[in-house]
Amino acid sequence: MKTTWLLSAALAATALTAASPAAAATKFEFWYGLSGDLSERVQEMCSRFNASQADYEIVCVSQENYENNLQNTIAAFRANKQPTVTQISDGGVVDLMLSGAFVPVRELMEKNGYTIDWSNYFSGISSYFSTSKGELLAMPFNSSTAMFYYNTDALKAVGFEGAPQTWEQVEKIATDLKAAGYECPIAFDPTGTWQWFEQFSAVHNQPIASNGNGYGGLDAVVEFNKGKFVDQLTWYKKMVDAGLMVHKSKAAGQTANEAFTAGECQMSSSSIADHGSFSKQAKEGVHWDVTVLPIWEGTERHNSLVGGAALWTLKGKSEEEYKGAAAFYNFIAQPIEAQHWSTITGYIPVTNSGFEAMMADGFYDAPPYKGRELAIQSLTATPPGEYTRGIRLGNFGAVRQEVSKAMQSVIFDGVAPQKALDDAAARSNEILRKFEQTYKGQQLP
Amino acid sequence: MERRAVYRNKVLPWLLIGPQLLLVLVFFYWPTSQALYWAFTLEQPWGGGNLWAGLDNFLYIFRDDRYWGTVLRSAFYALAATGLSMLVALTLASFVDRALKGTKLFQSVFIWPYAIAAPAAGVAFRFIFSPEAGLVGAINDIWPGIWDPATNGIHALAMVIVCHAWLGIGYNFVFFLAALQMIPRSINEAGAMDGARPFRRMLDLQLPLIAPTAFFLLIMNIISSFTDSFGLIDTMTEGGPIGQTEVMVYKIYVDGFKGLDYSGAAAQSIILMLLVIGLTFVQFKWVERRVHYN
Repeated sequence: MKTTWLLSAALAATALTAASPAAAATKFEFWYGLSGDLSERVQEMCSRFNASQADYEIVCVSQENYENNLQNTIAAFRANKQPTVTQISDGGVVDLMLSGAFVPVRELMEKNGYTIDWSNYFSGISSYFSTSKGELLAMPFNSSTAMFYYNTDALKAVGFEGAPQTWEQVEKIATDLKAAGYECPIAFDPTGTWQWFEQFSAVHNQPIASNGNGYGGLDAVVEFNKGKFVDQLTWYKKMVDAGLMVHKSKAAGQTANEAFTAGECQMSSSSIADHGSFSKQAKEGVHWDVTVLPIWEGTERHNSLVGGAALWTLKGKSEEEYKGAAAFYNFIAQPIEAQHWSTITGYIPVTNSGFEAMMADGFYDAPPYKGRELAIQSLTATPPGEYTRGIRLGNFGAVRQEVSKAMQSVIFDGVAPQKALDDAAARSNEILRKFEQTYKGQQLP
Repeated sequence: MERRAVYRNKVLPWLLIGPQLLLVLVFFYWPTSQALYWAFTLEQPWGGGNLWAGLDNFLYIFRDDRYWGTVLRSAFYALAATGLSMLVALTLASFVDRALKGTKLFQSVFIWPYAIAAPAAGVAFRFIFSPEAGLVGAINDIWPGIWDPATNGIHALAMVIVCHAWLGIGYNFVFFLAALQMIPRSINEAGAMDGARPFRRMLDLQLPLIAPTAFFLLIMNIISSFTDSFGLIDTMTEGGPIGQTEVMVYKIYVDGFKGLDYSGAAAQSIILMLLVIGLTFVQFKWVERRVHYN
């Protein structure tokens, strides 16, 4: 009995292998830097692509986070074992731009006969991932921005109705919450430079670096130690010392997001991309909502920066693989797929028409998606300006580390904010000069 | 008098050592030569070109006070981890050597930690030392905030050192026990008959006799603390808080892989390599000459 079964299985297997060469699909790899819930969503997308056609098979590999993905992609590229498609975030853009290690997405799509309306892509995204002449180099994929999350029940309990819009209100609410016995009014992770530093600078139109945040050339110097961010860091320190902001991080055993969804912290700042996960993970009875990042009274709100990542096509692969990559990009650019991706995650729709269609459908009108349209509102508060279109600094990951260390030394060790930021600026400038030296004589495309 | 086996055939010896030589070349000399080259150039992260930089990378490092901070921290780490590990191992070994009840059991139990991979131990110790949930964290219930390796660099460094020392105890224990058991029983017994208590015999008899082993272990432990600390730090603190647990080997990783400064990292690894070569040299020059293994 068992033998017959085995035999037939073996026969079937032989039949399958014999049949497959005729319809052999071209395999190509896609590495991405998302994990957990978001990684599962990517895998589902890959399966849908594979099921939708028979010519190509995409193999999607999670590298846990953007940083790892960048490191591993570089290592693989150097060993000539790179994936065809990789997901590189805002911080790694300049290094990749100058390396010439990629095929521009526009060229790729034109060559393979796909027409895509590039002007339809959201201007904040294009300004991050295209050349100074406006040619988009990477395929927009997952875009987000930083938002402010709050626990509606807690705010109501201290008599605040609606969403906090200014830091003055946030401070008042936090003080009231503390007085009302809440242990953790605001979750604060001093390594979260993206929301607490970069996005703060953008919405207050504060320069992070000269040359229009680096867009004007590689000789930019950082300027974050001269503007409002110094006062902001001083304020963070004051809030932490008063127990109104509480340190939450992976190292401390609980991240800010975990503390917020568990209902332990009542306010937090994180990406709009977490909107979907928060809906799933929020503990029973925790009611929350989202709003744009607060600003200081008397300042004018500017647009926040686009976060997230785009898909880059790497050089050194076969024509067949590039065809596959182009087919995949075309697949994710289809309105239905784009809308589905945006729905299940929280990432913003990357095209203008996509957003308008979702608006018209009433997608944003009811929970659990209500509030996500505020991300677009935040990104379009003003047209992207000199200091709000993005950050174009070489080796920006290392600069972020310096700011993160400065924030930690202020919060943990009580170093004076101005001194900590001056030190970080000096070190950041050394990083930038070394980068400029490494790419001597080269211009930003 | 010298006795030597000599190969008549000139080719055969090369064939015999060939595979080993090839392994060493491919996995040691080739990467080292690459690092050496990068250390004197500015290497583009994605490959594709580099510029000759002369000694710039080294000068940049030597000017950087943060680098000297990691050097001092590495030295402290090496001494503290080595001292702690050897002291505990010696204490355990001398008890086991005294043939007390259950000696056979302890002989094998004490070696176990050495078989645990550093990252696995790191995860376990991170839990043990976690300020909120861990075993040690319980003292925070008595004195709130007294133990916080997530924000306090000294606490974090202490936590990593304790874990490193713990991992090394097994290795040190085996060597100490073997050395103690090689001491002729008669010497010990003679001391006992003269009225010396165990602790006195330890100080005056056993310690001087196992000194060569102790010196060997000292060098091995120091080298291990320079190179093996990576796995632990990466799982326990990732160099934080504020880079206060970054030792030399971890800074190479942070600057090279996270910071994409391949040249600076290569220069640092050359310095670290010279340091380890120096220690090995001391070991051969001093210890091997003085040790008489009979």
